[in-house]
Amino acid sequence: MNGVHDMGGMDGFGKVQPEPNEPVFHAPWEGRVLALQRAMNFCGAYNIDMSRAAQETLPPPVYLRADYYSRWAMGIERNVVARGYAGADELAAGHALRPGMPIKRKLTPADLDKVMTRGCYTRPAQAPARFKLGDRVRMKNIHPKTHTRLPRYVRGHLGEIVHVHGCHVFPDTVAVDQGENPQWLYTVRFTSEELWGPDADPTVKISVEAFEPYLDAA
Amino acid sequence: MRGERGNPGHTALDMLGSAGKITSSAFLHDGTTRFQKVNPMAGQDHKHEHHDHEHGSELSETQLRVRALETVLTEKGYIDSETIDQLIEAYETQIGPHNGARVIARAWVDPGFKKDLLQDASKAVAKLGYVSRVGDHLIAVENTPRVHNMIVCTLCSCYPWEVLGLPPVWYKSAPYRSRAVKDPRGVLADFETSLPADTEIRVWDSTAEARYIVVPMRPEGTEGWSEEQLAQLVSRDSMIGTRLADRPEKTQ
Repeated sequence: MNGVHDMGGMDGFGKVQPEPNEPVFHAPWEGRVLALQRAMNFCGAYNIDMSRAAQETLPPPVYLRADYYSRWAMGIERNVVARGYAGADELAAGHALRPGMPIKRKLTPADLDKVMTRGCYTRPAQAPARFKLGDRVRMKNIHPKTHTRLPRYVRGHLGEIVHVHGCHVFPDTVAVDQGENPQWLYTVRFTSEELWGPDADPTVKISVEAFEPYLDAA
Repeated sequence: MRGERGNPGHTALDMLGSAGKITSSAFLHDGTTRFQKVNPMAGQDHKHEHHDHEHGSELSETQLRVRALETVLTEKGYIDSETIDQLIEAYETQIGPHNGARVIARAWVDPGFKKDLLQDASKAVAKLGYVSRVGDHLIAVENTPRVHNMIVCTLCSCYPWEVLGLPPVWYKSAPYRSRAVKDPRGVLADFETSLPADTEIRVWDSTAEARYIVVPMRPEGTEGWSEEQLAQLVSRDSMIGTRLADRPEKTQ
């Protein structure tokens, strides 16, 4: 969806402000939100793409106004309610009012290593790759209403394949419960002028990871 | 301690201006959007707002909401608080930029390792053994006198947790996510990093499940240094690409 989360190239947000000696968490609740998200992912309630999708559907002023882990908390609430793991009435009450749903597995201290290591998103190829290293491609000008990993700032633009990653789980279908639908994944590189016009700094090159359904031959 | 500390200098506040402060609970439970004005002065008087945060409504509201969420999920049988405690501790202690710094220091002293790292970073880092678990799809990109690399996630906050820990607030912030792909030299200036005008800058937007780590250039004047000494010069930001590795004077 064309949401405010898709920030590449926007103006007006001001300077980047590094924080010296930044702590891992700025308040204890932030750590709890992170861990709740991971634990709910582990038990199979929803996955990382669904986590991102839920945050993207927050109303734009809310998304912009919320700090990072508040946004996560709102995403968790949306996912557990939408998927029936808890009722809005229970979150409002602060207590369970009904028994829980069955889950695939429950996170225990013995499983922490599994959570601390990123999963593997590679899958067997369903078809040969359409593109190879060095190919020129044009990013499709598409505007899906649901979750996508194709940022607006590259749509319609010409780039070059600089890496072929293999076949990966496709977030666009995963996020809407339509399965992994594995797709070839490429790194596509663009010149700055291609994306930002003739006044752009010619020394800058920008790349994105792009799934094959985002690409046309150029 | 206040909720907004996560967004230093956030101008979204100013943008919203008279829309007032939004309490997030209002639009969670029914799936619709209701904005509630609790502080019409928000965005016009930051000082006043900070005061509010410290004493009251928003922080405690966030805390209460997170507590409610954890309580409900616990009572439903999906999670238990002891595991949550241990998971938080693991994030605080097991991962962090010290892992990445050791990888970079090794690459600086061992050309064979550097080659492997640039070829397949997940495999190379896993072989080191002393770095915390590394998932798949880690990619190392090398800075040279001609090319400088910078990583970003414009869509969310993708970041190589295993080697760099959890991302800093600035990495997840709107200013970085919006500008890194369009004005990387301007972003570098915010970090007081300046590069020659003809250096090629490659910005890698992490839009899928590949994760990037930058191999910064080894600083001059470090000949004969041990890996442990060299690792001290490898800051987190140098592995994101917003700074260079520290000069040797820094540790003297």
